[in-house]
Amino acid sequence: MLYNQPNPLEIRLLTRRFGLPDSASIETYLATDGYKALERAMGMSQDEIINEVKASGLRGRGGAGFPTGMKWGFLPRQSPKPKYIMVNADESEPGTCKDRLLIEYDPHQLIEGMLIAALAVGSQQGYVYIRGEYRYLIDVMDRAIDEAYARGYLGENILGRGHTFHIATHSGAGAYECGEESALLESFEGKRGNPRIRPPFPAVAGAYQCPTVLNNVETFAAVPPIILQGGAYFAGLGTPKNGGTRLFCLSGHVNKPGVYELPMGFNLLRMIEEVGGGIPGGKKLKAVIPGGSSCPVLTADECDLAMDYDTLAAAKSMLGSGGGVVMDEDTCMVKAALRIMRFYAHESCGWCIPCREGTTWLRKLLQRFHDGQGQRSDIVLIGDLSRNMLGRTFCPLGDAAALPTISIVEKFRHEFEAHLDGKPCPYESKSRLVSA
Amino acid sequence: MSDLVKFTIDGRTVEAAPGTLVIEAAKQVGIEIPSFCYYEGYTLQAACRMCLVEVEKMPKLQASCTLPVAAGMVVHSDSEPVKQARKSMLEFLLTNHPLDCPVCDKGGECELQDMVFRYGAGESRFTENKIHVDEQQWSPVVFYDGPRCILCFRCIRVCDEGMGVGALGTINRGALSLIAPNMGDHLNCDECGMCIDICPVGALTSGDYRYQTRPWEMEHTGTICTHCSDGCKTTLGSRNGQIMRGNNRDRSGVNGEFLCIKGRYAYDFYNHPARLESPLLRVNGKLEPVSWSKALSAVAAKFSSVRDAGGTFGVIGSNHTSNEENFYLQKLARQVLKTNNIDHHRTGDIVTLVDALSGSTGQLAASQDFYDSKAVLVIGSDLAMQHPLLSFQVRANYRHHAAHVYVATAGEIREDKYATKTIRLGQASELGALEELRAALSAEPELLIVFNDMVKGDDVRKLVKFGTSLGIPVKYCALVDYSNSRGAADMGLMPELLPGYHASNMPGMTLPEMLASADMSALWIVGANPLKNAQLAAKKAFVVVQDMFLTETGEKADVVFPAAGAYEKNGTVTNVCGEVQKLNRAAASVGAKPDLEIMGLIAKEMGAAAQMGAWLPETIYKEIQSQVPGYNISLAMVTLSAQQSTPVNGGTGVASRPDLVWSAHDGLFTSGTLGRYSATLNSVMEKRRDAAADQSVVSH
Repeated sequence: MLYNQPNPLEIRLLTRRFGLPDSASIETYLATDGYKALERAMGMSQDEIINEVKASGLRGRGGAGFPTGMKWGFLPRQSPKPKYIMVNADESEPGTCKDRLLIEYDPHQLIEGMLIAALAVGSQQGYVYIRGEYRYLIDVMDRAIDEAYARGYLGENILGRGHTFHIATHSGAGAYECGEESALLESFEGKRGNPRIRPPFPAVAGAYQCPTVLNNVETFAAVPPIILQGGAYFAGLGTPKNGGTRLFCLSGHVNKPGVYELPMGFNLLRMIEEVGGGIPGGKKLKAVIPGGSSCPVLTADECDLAMDYDTLAAAKSMLGSGGGVVMDEDTCMVKAALRIMRFYAHESCGWCIPCREGTTWLRKLLQRFHDGQGQRSDIVLIGDLSRNMLGRTFCPLGDAAALPTISIVEKFRHEFEAHLDGKPCPYESKSRLVSA
Repeated sequence: MSDLVKFTIDGRTVEAAPGTLVIEAAKQVGIEIPSFCYYEGYTLQAACRMCLVEVEKMPKLQASCTLPVAAGMVVHSDSEPVKQARKSMLEFLLTNHPLDCPVCDKGGECELQDMVFRYGAGESRFTENKIHVDEQQWSPVVFYDGPRCILCFRCIRVCDEGMGVGALGTINRGALSLIAPNMGDHLNCDECGMCIDICPVGALTSGDYRYQTRPWEMEHTGTICTHCSDGCKTTLGSRNGQIMRGNNRDRSGVNGEFLCIKGRYAYDFYNHPARLESPLLRVNGKLEPVSWSKALSAVAAKFSSVRDAGGTFGVIGSNHTSNEENFYLQKLARQVLKTNNIDHHRTGDIVTLVDALSGSTGQLAASQDFYDSKAVLVIGSDLAMQHPLLSFQVRANYRHHAAHVYVATAGEIREDKYATKTIRLGQASELGALEELRAALSAEPELLIVFNDMVKGDDVRKLVKFGTSLGIPVKYCALVDYSNSRGAADMGLMPELLPGYHASNMPGMTLPEMLASADMSALWIVGANPLKNAQLAAKKAFVVVQDMFLTETGEKADVVFPAAGAYEKNGTVTNVCGEVQKLNRAAASVGAKPDLEIMGLIAKEMGAAAQMGAWLPETIYKEIQSQVPGYNISLAMVTLSAQQSTPVNGGTGVASRPDLVWSAHDGLFTSGTLGRYSATLNSVMEKRRDAAADQSVVSH
């Protein structure tokens, strides 16, 4: 993937090597402070590393935003079982495309982050679970791993300091569900990618029922800068309780879509205008999905807000995985809901009733509605069915399908009404939403 | 217990053991929380979301099947949000369900029907097209109707965890998900049908029962499976005297809901066209159908004249006739025919085990011990193939109690997969190899040793000595074949032993001796086929046979009486663990009579009716109760549940006869004469032969 032109408003911490010649090579990495954080971490105690991560305010970048340092602290210090480091590189959330860049342009930063996590919890084995569709990234990752072994950053007696750590890559097989941590572990173990009953959480019983640190690519990638420049520095870049920078994936109706590293709390409208270069054709903004397709949509009026976990939660949406999808005034919101539901119906694993049956029912209903065969009672039904899924499914996939649907039907009810009585979609001729 | 957890459900304060799941704790106090995927004994799924409850201070509804009780927890299982959630789950479930209840086998006993009736909405809001896939046949006995499937995954778990087979899985995703068999389009499994029984809806249906009748048209009779000695209770559903199906959904009996292919499907021998319906008498060298009175008087006349002339009798009993029949037969032989020449095919050395354990009590294992014992040692038997219930119980014991299982067999068996330690034996004389297990076994808190006919005669004594030397409590189980091998031994169908293992002071001829004796005058064979692979030396002997079919033995007989099968009569049988259970008549027999009645009529015809007493099972059971040591159990108790008899006395005082002991080693799909006449067992084996042939064609 071609990396977009950087923007001067960016704070390039995790993406600092993007665009450098041969940025994925260990030579480039070493020439730009690579593996210096590891050396520093080797001089720190386990508690010191975890406390530094806690101080950074780093929260899980996969979407849930759980404080990373706290998560690492949940692993038992003494364990008769081996402990594992697991990287969730099953980036599948529509609108999100940052992890692929972090691996493609700077795989060693991920390796170094894993190494530091391994020191913090006492692990000797790490795995990178890479989304099946990202097959080319497995080669990139494997090459970096080979380089790290060759230079003594992986293997036994790392840097002569007595530590052992191994990394292997594992390919997913093409299921969104496997981005959910427990389904990822099932899939990793060679089973059908269904989610597990939690508790126990991975920190207690993860891969092969052993204690496991399971984090997103971006989360691990943030660790070397945090160790190198200090947790306080990282925390200071963002807003309170929302430390650091964030890789925002801007897509949809913007002039300059791409992945931009911006401080946490960056204003969404500014992001669209000043980073994304505004909306093509000078059209008006209609709505934004702020953090990937599973987040409730924001109307244009709601977009003047800080992009951090807490502000978005207060706005009844989510920062999610940082996938901002911008929709202009000519977008059909019924069709947007349909596109989202089509995705979730296709990706529902089939484990629990409400998600399995609910997503497919809603997909069919929204399709019929968009085709002009809707009834007024269907508008109520769409909301009802979504709420019947919400909070009742086995894993968050059901919520991911329900939340955006509920928000669209509540905030854009008039657009549903405009599709009634056999009328053709009023946006059909204008919409640039790619036909599904 | 003082460490019970106190919590509140629907306003009631309830105490439960720590770790108890809310759904179970609720059940204990009579509050039903509906569920499909939760099934006691199998892994938790939390997939159906029917059991969601409201828990105060928790933001979302919680799945009560995975939520352990906690002190002070306040649960509402009947609040408006909970009711609304259940209603919505059922609404979701029915979207792709065909609602073909009027023709579905499960209609009337369907959990989905019951749930929708109780918790569902009156009408559907679903107006889209339903997903359809065609019905598939996976084996002679298993059919799958995908649209009816609600994906509760019970079938997958019972096959994998319960049976140790793992022949089922899930394919596809989302609403297109389906259950699929291990061979792509068909099953390679035990064909036990457990998946069909455990299916809450009509997705999995039975080859024999599907589209034959409705549940409410049948009478249900709980009786005991006749095929192996495990003594599973099978509930036979019959309509107009015809058996329509077998299952055990009330989960009573020693087997709970377990049944293998034989208990579930192989009742079908009873209406095989080859069933004898009339007595046969040899006229001019040919067996011809004659009336009962003619056949009976011919036999009575001959028996009386042989007895009066001091001729030699031979009596061979069965290992699947009832205790009452066995008792009556030996009484008739000993008191009326005045002979001790009585025997049966012995399939395990119970006699030596009883003798070796003399003086001790409580060392004969009960069925429950297979599930409860902390350690189990399997010697010789391929348990899963030959004793499916015992194998099922050992697996459950391992799963639920982490029991240690030790295996000492000649070949690989299913128990190897989870055994603590496995050793391979060649011959019984290699029992010394058990020393290899000594250290591990003596560290166990208790042990159950189960052995087949590989261990007999002095080897049984050696084994008991080995067990005693471990210094821990040890129980034993000597495996035998068919439903009443144990009862035949207990009732004294042996020349050297009277009922209750009392030594006879005038031991008669053994079974092989009878066949080899040239001066045998009359041979009476009840429910056995000794001439299948043997010759009768006394060419002029008058041979009387009672059987369901014209066996190899029957073909050589002078008189053949058509006998009723186990499912056509009442009585009791004693299983491998010595548990006495009740046979109850489930089907009408055409022309045939129970063996007891045939024997009674012969006695009556010989003028011995008064001496023998009434030939009613209940009357004879009372006689057994008073005369056979270890059988002092009231019939009322036996009717309620299996009762273990305890035959250990002060030693039998007779020599072991290992030469008379051999098991047929029937596997899952064979069962002696009965198996040969079971259409289901034959169809399964035929299918396997075809599959094997296809395989070899492909590989060439």
